[in-house]
Amino acid sequence: MSKRLGAQTVALPSRPGILAWASTAGQKEKEGPYGEKFDSIIPDELNGQQSFEGAERAMLEETIVRCAQKANKALGDIQMLLCGDLLNQIISAGFAARNLGIPFYGLYGACSTMAESLSIGGMIADGGFADAMVCATCSHFCTAERQYRAPLELGNQRTPTAQWTVTGAGAVMLAGGEQARHAGAVLTHATCGRVIDLGISDANNMGAAMAPAGCDTLANHFRDTNRGFDDYDLVVTGDLGHLGRDLLIELLKERKITVREDKLFDCGCHIFDARQDAHSGGSGCGCAASMLCAHLLPEVASGRLGRILFMATGALLSPTTTMQGESIPGVAHAVVIEHEGGKRR
Amino acid sequence: MKKSKQAYAELVKKLSPKSDMAKGVWRAFAVGGLICVIGQVINDVFSYGLKWGTQSAATATSICLVFLSALLTGLGVYDRIGKYAGAGSIVPITGFANATVAPAMEFRREGLVMGIGAKIFTLSGPVLVYGIGSSILVGLIAALVEVIG
Repeated sequence: MSKRLGAQTVALPSRPGILAWASTAGQKEKEGPYGEKFDSIIPDELNGQQSFEGAERAMLEETIVRCAQKANKALGDIQMLLCGDLLNQIISAGFAARNLGIPFYGLYGACSTMAESLSIGGMIADGGFADAMVCATCSHFCTAERQYRAPLELGNQRTPTAQWTVTGAGAVMLAGGEQARHAGAVLTHATCGRVIDLGISDANNMGAAMAPAGCDTLANHFRDTNRGFDDYDLVVTGDLGHLGRDLLIELLKERKITVREDKLFDCGCHIFDARQDAHSGGSGCGCAASMLCAHLLPEVASGRLGRILFMATGALLSPTTTMQGESIPGVAHAVVIEHEGGKRR
Repeated sequence: MKKSKQAYAELVKKLSPKSDMAKGVWRAFAVGGLICVIGQVINDVFSYGLKWGTQSAATATSICLVFLSALLTGLGVYDRIGKYAGAGSIVPITGFANATVAPAMEFRREGLVMGIGAKIFTLSGPVLVYGIGSSILVGLIAALVEVIG
């Protein structure tokens, strides 16, 4: 059990490699500050399909295929697909896997799915159970709206704390053993989050619902690894949004953790700018996933960022629990991603 | 240190951005008022222009407003009006039409029966249930009062 560090963190001593990554986004994301960085943009909300759900899974499938191409791998060479999404019964992941033919583990961690899949993938690679696998997730504004909120054409107002579900997907090719040799970025640690609920029941305030889970995982990661903000070039959160980020900072301070706000990068705060009327920022599995694959991984692989903590937060609610007045449980998973500068054999 | 739910709720309240009440009320008043003015013009055309009776003119006005709202919803305009006006475009009868047409459009892909048929009243259904329900109740009370009195 020497790989365990403290209560929630594991070390990945074999340093599983990130061989390739791919991202896809929608038109609104294209108009955002990182619009130029996505590998591909879907032409419109329907993406050439009959339904928004079809559009989402086609986008996911295309992203996974592109990731495999960038890693110079045939789909048949990929041993596992670790994938999930926001829709009921994770239909985007399951239906994409149906067409891809890659052995598939379906995951559900709401918007934490990208970090969850990387954590599990990292442990599988470190355990020697697979040499090549894809971790992926996606979300689509229109499918999330119709599942969680109101019909698109309804003339209602969004609250100031509401977030805008990102239309986007990200896929990462993880490699273990020999295959990891040429990777520019590697996974070194994973922290599994606890489910935390501080009683927020407003489904239009995801940032507030998820911030306590983010604080818990981050604090426990720092404790387990004996690290702090100074040990990272960037501490990335998935989609807390502006309010959630502010709350996370306050909660960390209450736990006597020194917060370096310049190093706290929330994908939801950056994927859209103020002009785009996204209120508290972006959200959805695709927010953290597309920003990881479009912006963060290239930065780490090139060495501009040496070591980052990538922590994605998820709100584990459903429309049923919201209607029944239940509060929203949150979860956050984190992985440490390091630049690998040719130090390997 | 474990944070209490109450202390967290207070922190969230403190840090949450607030809606601009004055702006919201003004926009709701302006757009809601405009919809009512349009309704009045239509009503006047029917009652004074076409010399219809008061009741027929009122019914025709409702039909026209509902039609216009449904049309604007279908054209993807009404949600933008609603985003600007808030309650100003939700409270009038046009808001009811929007709340009926929007789910019908949304669930078209799930089929005519279990899609549109089952989902069309998901938002306006509660208004119908409690509107019709309360009018039955009021009617019964009125009838009782008449019998007793």
